[in-house]
Amino acid sequence: MTGKSVISVKNLVKKFGNFTANDNLCFEVYEGEIFGFLGANGAGKTTALRILSGLLEPTSGEVTVAGYDVSKDSEKIKKNIGYMCQKFSLYDDLTVSENIVLYGGIYGLDNQSLRERKNKLLKQLRFEEYETRLIVDLPLGLKQKLAFSVAIIHNPRIVFLDEPTGGVDPVTRRQFWEMIWETASKGITIFVTTHYMDEAEYCDRVSIMSEGRIVAIDTPENLKKQYNAETIEQVFVRIARPLKN
Amino acid sequence: MAPVIESVNISKKFGNITALYDVSFEVNVNEIFGFIGPDGSGKTTLFRIIATLLLPDSGSMKVLGLDSVSGFKSLRREIGYMPGRFSLYQDLTVEENLKFYATVFGASVEENYYLIADIYSHIEPFRKRLAGNLSGGMKQKLALSCALIHKPKLLILDEPTTGVDAVSRTEFWAMLERLKEYGISVIVSTPYMDEAMRCSRVALIQNGRILSVDAPLKIRDSFSRRLFRIRAGDKYSLINALRKYPETVTAFPFGDSVHTTFKGDSYDNSLSEYLIKCGLTDVTIQETKAGIEDRFLELMENSDQKNTDQIF
Amino acid sequence: MRRYFGFVKKEFLHIFRDFRTLIIIFGIPAAQILIFGYAVRTDIKNAGIAVLDLSRDEITKRLTGKILSSGFFRKTEDLYSYKDIDRVFKKGSTKAVIVFEEGFGRNLMREGEAGVNIIADGSEPNSATLVTNYLQAIVNSFNLELGRTGTASAALIVPEVKMLYNPNLESQFMFVPGVITLILILICALMTSVTITREKEFGTMEVLLVSPLKPIQIILGKVTPYFFLSVFNVIMILLLSWLVFGLPVKGSYVLLLAVSMLYILMALSAGILISTVSTTMQQAIFISLIGMMLPTVLLSGFIFPIENMPKIYNYLSAVMPPRYFIVIIKNIMIKGTGFGFVWKETLILLAMTVLFISLSLRKFKIRLQ
Repeated sequence: MTGKSVISVKNLVKKFGNFTANDNLCFEVYEGEIFGFLGANGAGKTTALRILSGLLEPTSGEVTVAGYDVSKDSEKIKKNIGYMCQKFSLYDDLTVSENIVLYGGIYGLDNQSLRERKNKLLKQLRFEEYETRLIVDLPLGLKQKLAFSVAIIHNPRIVFLDEPTGGVDPVTRRQFWEMIWETASKGITIFVTTHYMDEAEYCDRVSIMSEGRIVAIDTPENLKKQYNAETIEQVFVRIARPLKN
Repeated sequence: MAPVIESVNISKKFGNITALYDVSFEVNVNEIFGFIGPDGSGKTTLFRIIATLLLPDSGSMKVLGLDSVSGFKSLRREIGYMPGRFSLYQDLTVEENLKFYATVFGASVEENYYLIADIYSHIEPFRKRLAGNLSGGMKQKLALSCALIHKPKLLILDEPTTGVDAVSRTEFWAMLERLKEYGISVIVSTPYMDEAMRCSRVALIQNGRILSVDAPLKIRDSFSRRLFRIRAGDKYSLINALRKYPETVTAFPFGDSVHTTFKGDSYDNSLSEYLIKCGLTDVTIQETKAGIEDRFLELMENSDQKNTDQIF
Repeated sequence: MRRYFGFVKKEFLHIFRDFRTLIIIFGIPAAQILIFGYAVRTDIKNAGIAVLDLSRDEITKRLTGKILSSGFFRKTEDLYSYKDIDRVFKKGSTKAVIVFEEGFGRNLMREGEAGVNIIADGSEPNSATLVTNYLQAIVNSFNLELGRTGTASAALIVPEVKMLYNPNLESQFMFVPGVITLILILICALMTSVTITREKEFGTMEVLLVSPLKPIQIILGKVTPYFFLSVFNVIMILLLSWLVFGLPVKGSYVLLLAVSMLYILMALSAGILISTVSTTMQQAIFISLIGMMLPTVLLSGFIFPIENMPKIYNYLSAVMPPRYFIVIIKNIMIKGTGFGFVWKETLILLAMTVLFISLSLRKFKIRLQ
């Protein structure tokens, strides 16, 4: 897939003391693409994700997200991206409706459009009956679906998903991916990390990180061909970790 | 030989929420017995009851021949338990964690080192590092070493592979298999369906009920329909098209394809014509063998139909 | 036993590896002693005094002049009636008021005796003591002067000292027993409750419960390091106050240490009790601060004298262990009394300790909920 690039990373380096978390990363992500960002634990995914979402500053390199430089315009970037991670995204002690209103408010939606979007969203998710329920009482799958909807409530250009489906049941997991596909079809770029290797195959392109470096980046089909493997899991196991210490 | 675990009609409620509902199963000596199910299905509650940490509301749980309620004191010497959040002291080093758990369980690292040598050797180079600074995969290996160091007869592992990358997961399962040599039985829970194939037997669990208990191959084979693997250039359109196709029973995305079942277990030329009409390209259709996850989805659908109201 | 020692070793590792804990345990007591101590030792220079001269004669003018020229005092105001005293104190810059009785000079000449009142602001006991001591000394030397110059043979000015707001004027070294009481509660109750709930929060308690460790071993293992640290702390505080401020312990050191250990045990068992009712560190901290620290500061007699409190607070303070401990160590340290005078309070502390221990052993859960 080619098109307009929305994330452009050139020679990104991030060091913590002596430790190099990101070692000269270079890649592009295109508009409307579902980009799978894979890697073993500790490979440097989280660091890269934080730099892209403006939470961390790179040590060196040129990183632009939605057309803005991450070191200079991180505030503008934040307006153009959505972010959802597995551990925290919604407030457990607020209701479904309160969470939607909260995030809508944070992203500066006015009352009128906020109400419209809230109702639309509840309808889409068939969530009307849960409107006044506390998040803590929802099953994990529903929570994650709601968190995703809230992450894109302000129509961002890019949405970052950090292990969004961890521990979710197989049916809900697939429903979640259908939401992702639908969102991508509207032109929103999806940047997603996951430990489920079958989900990697749902992406348009994937990159695999190992020890701070990107060791492979291509469509799932091409990667499988290149490594003569039947699944991405086989590719991953083969290249995600260099020979052990 | 008597079973390692004998669970009869175990039920447990928390307030209004039923966490476990009439759960019965047996685990045999030297088995790796897997509980496969999503978060919130009741795996952790069940494991805590087996580990004598929770009392069931009703039913009987016998572990290693002892009642888990009345015999908890003797039982606690015989089991190794690794809770979902690896229970390590983040501010102690790798070595200190291991030594501490050995002492607490009245064992010594030296006498049982042979048991963990295989696993611990991966992290030994970092033995002076604080546990809090280890990566997920290394934490998991350390936690397993700590749970094993007193040579338990039964190892209880609650989601040891959650959040751990595919490479570490593969290594981890290979280690579990080697424990059989030492006569250690293992029960393990996981949300990753593909890991089921590594178990001797698995129980599929959902909403506090066991859907099925069997050897993984048998679970796979009990898939009730013929399954077809359909591929096309655009996955999302393919799913939508298949869902609208009148002969389709189920259509779930699986990796690079869509696993589909049809009424009457077959399809004819009208399917390809239909898909092409929908604008899809590079369509291939072939029959495939169902996996554990296919069977799980089928069982979930069935149980959903039975008690839709109870799910949410 | 090996299990227990293994556990204690682990606890020491936790403590020594956490820099912040070490600061709390050793830094805060030292800082408190030094801060309180230096606050007490301020010398007077130019302390503000007001004069209510109801006599206005030659002698009162001479005495006033002597006081003001001493360099220790400056006059803030001349007062004209008793009613002004309260007002001038409330302004704050006046530390004491000197009141010459009516017909001061005449009384002194005729009867050889005259009265002067020194009224000090007792709400700052330390400076009040210093101010009145200095004033009394000046009056005494004036007496001698009068005798020498023969203005009045055997004339005697009798200074009468009155403390406003804090009539009994507790000793200025009250802060040492107070700091000990406070620090022990802080370390023992707060730290133990936090370290136990920390294990609950991080999930390590699950594995400890599944292990063959008995509840009593877990509890003792948690408590032992803090017991030793606390005893060490008491010794450190006493040493500091002796070395830096020359504060001696008048009574028996052995007795003092023994009751301190009892008090430490009490506070530790209170900490364990707190941990059995809280599930998060936040709760444990909150309960320790509100339930233990605050009453220690407010209700133990550390800062505010219990006798002056409304009845209800008096009853409340009766159930606060620190109140009894403060009485005991005050008696031993400052008055130098023996066990005979403090056995009642000691017994009450002992009873509270037993109560807390048995409650926490009963409440300690061998399973999760």
